[in-house]
Amino acid sequence: MAPPRTAPTITWAMIVVWLVFASVPLWIEKVGLYQYLGVEILIFAMYALAYNLVLGHAGLPSFGHGAFVGVGAYAVGLAQFNVAANLWICLAVAVGAAAVAGALVALFISHRRGIYYALMTIAFGQIFWFVAIKAHSLTGGEDGLLKIARLPATFGMTTFDLTSNVALYYFVLVVFAAVSFLLWRIVHSPFGRVVKAIKQNETRARFVGYDVWRFKAAILVLSACLSGLAGALFSMAQTSAFPDVMSLHYSGYVVMMTLVGGGLVSFWGPVIGAAAFFLARDIIGAVTTGWMLWFGMSFVVLVLFKPEGIAGIYQSLAQRRAKTAAPVVAPTSQVR
Amino acid sequence: MALFEAKDLHLRFGDRVVLENVSLAFEAGQLSGIMGPNGAGKTTCFNVLTGRYKPDRGQVLWQGEDITGRSPQAIARLGIARSFQLMNLFDEFSVFENIAIALPQTRARSRNMVREAYADAALVDEAHAILKRVGLAERAGDEAKSLPYGARRALEIGVALACRPKLLFLDEPTAGLGSDGRARLAELILKLKGSVTIVIIEHDMEFLFSLADRISVIHWGQVIAKGTPAALKANPWVEASNLGRLN
Ligand SMILES: Nc1ncnc2c1ncn2[C@@H]1O[C@H](COP(=O)(O)OP(=O)(O)O)[C@@H](O)[C@H]1O
Ligand SMILES: [Mg+2]
Repeated sequence: MAPPRTAPTITWAMIVVWLVFASVPLWIEKVGLYQYLGVEILIFAMYALAYNLVLGHAGLPSFGHGAFVGVGAYAVGLAQFNVAANLWICLAVAVGAAAVAGALVALFISHRRGIYYALMTIAFGQIFWFVAIKAHSLTGGEDGLLKIARLPATFGMTTFDLTSNVALYYFVLVVFAAVSFLLWRIVHSPFGRVVKAIKQNETRARFVGYDVWRFKAAILVLSACLSGLAGALFSMAQTSAFPDVMSLHYSGYVVMMTLVGGGLVSFWGPVIGAAAFFLARDIIGAVTTGWMLWFGMSFVVLVLFKPEGIAGIYQSLAQRRAKTAAPVVAPTSQVR
Repeated sequence: MALFEAKDLHLRFGDRVVLENVSLAFEAGQLSGIMGPNGAGKTTCFNVLTGRYKPDRGQVLWQGEDITGRSPQAIARLGIARSFQLMNLFDEFSVFENIAIALPQTRARSRNMVREAYADAALVDEAHAILKRVGLAERAGDEAKSLPYGARRALEIGVALACRPKLLFLDEPTAGLGSDGRARLAELILKLKGSVTIVIIEHDMEFLFSLADRISVIHWGQVIAKGTPAALKANPWVEASNLGRLN
């Protein structure tokens, strides 16, 4: 029997993405940008990938994902001050706290879908944001949680100091590579395929024996964990945590990044989108303070005419080229 | 004891009584038919039997065990599969994956987040065997939504078969098919008969009378007649109500 299309464990796209990011610190200042921008792009690329697990892969529209980023961001700081000044422990606490937040939300919304799911996530996002602002003694309120140190990363005998932006960048890159590899596996695992099936047809998934609620809850918790990890890294980058990452605003940004980049059709779309977002902020932002207007407008245009995003444009171009050269292979549902 | 039994089911939607006093029994290995005009409550009856709706009153028994009100997934896991009158496929999946996702092996591994899905040769073979059975072997790689209507109907049954059912509910599997498609489907069902217990809702009298061991007639949410095809043909009620022409 012909084996079905299987996804390779490591793909060329994966290696290219990692290598391109690895080279960034070597040239980013030469093109007039700065090292910290690379850190921001990488962290949000990771966040957008984690977010796309829910939006693109499970088809669940969450507009309150900032809550999980924020929980991770505060947790890493609070763990540092109150638990132990050890990077691994702090990151573990951040992931754990985001998992708890994700589970709490999942408990209330996993029986929903579509617009009702979206509304519930907005409501929960607002609750978390509100608590972050009001719980002054814990989070510092609007002033933020300050003086979060970039703790050194220890691997056995060796210790890496992360206080410089380049060092932090490479640390984040390692985490990013691990997370993107993990997500690639998840998406192609039996679990991931069931989630994809549920996205297409919840009813049928139920009638072939899947407990849809559990899968929807699990995917949200997973995504929340990784979003919390991104939040923790963001706190380290900023050396502080602020409530604005939890705002509806910021939750909207990640939706934009994911859609603009093409998260609905491509595994790497959210990464492209995150990069496009920050480059637009800095490049268009250098010319006009209304950069968000331009980015927002391109978002609207893209959603109207090419909802598959940048990755979708690339895919149709590549397909057109292949069509003139050779007959096109039958489309498959594999995630590229 | 019948393999599957429904006792005295009642269901209302608002003030509308959709099922009233419905009692049915399906014997292991047999093919049972359910017929009746549009809007009689046949699909609703399937929905109650397969866990989509909870009956207001009455009992559903599987091998003597009370399974009334259990969830669709719990009932599916007992080995009770169904197809849908309005097709219900995983449209963006390939034909192969529509089958593969429904296989019990995939379900057994569905917590696994690391290993490759469908990397197992036995699983792939079983999926292909099912595709061959429903006549879709050539189309394994096609996207489900790109299939022509007849092939989609075949896949609809294939997905139910992939559950490795002991009992198979088919809701109007011939709906919208031409005589060619019907003939092929009758052939498939004939092949399945004996190895799986089948319950089939069908308008087409000729189709049903040639295949079924027992037939129940549902009208206005009630079972108005039941028996062997031969006995039913002579039933004055069935003749008078001309159910055969109500396509
Ligand atoms: N979910 C529902 N809510 C309200 N009424 C319904 C629902 N499902 C079915 N009905 C009604 O129940 C009756 C029986 O429908 P159905 O079982 O689909 O009939 P059949 O399959 O015999 O053609 C119809 O009058 C239909 O309008
Ligand atoms: Mg019906």
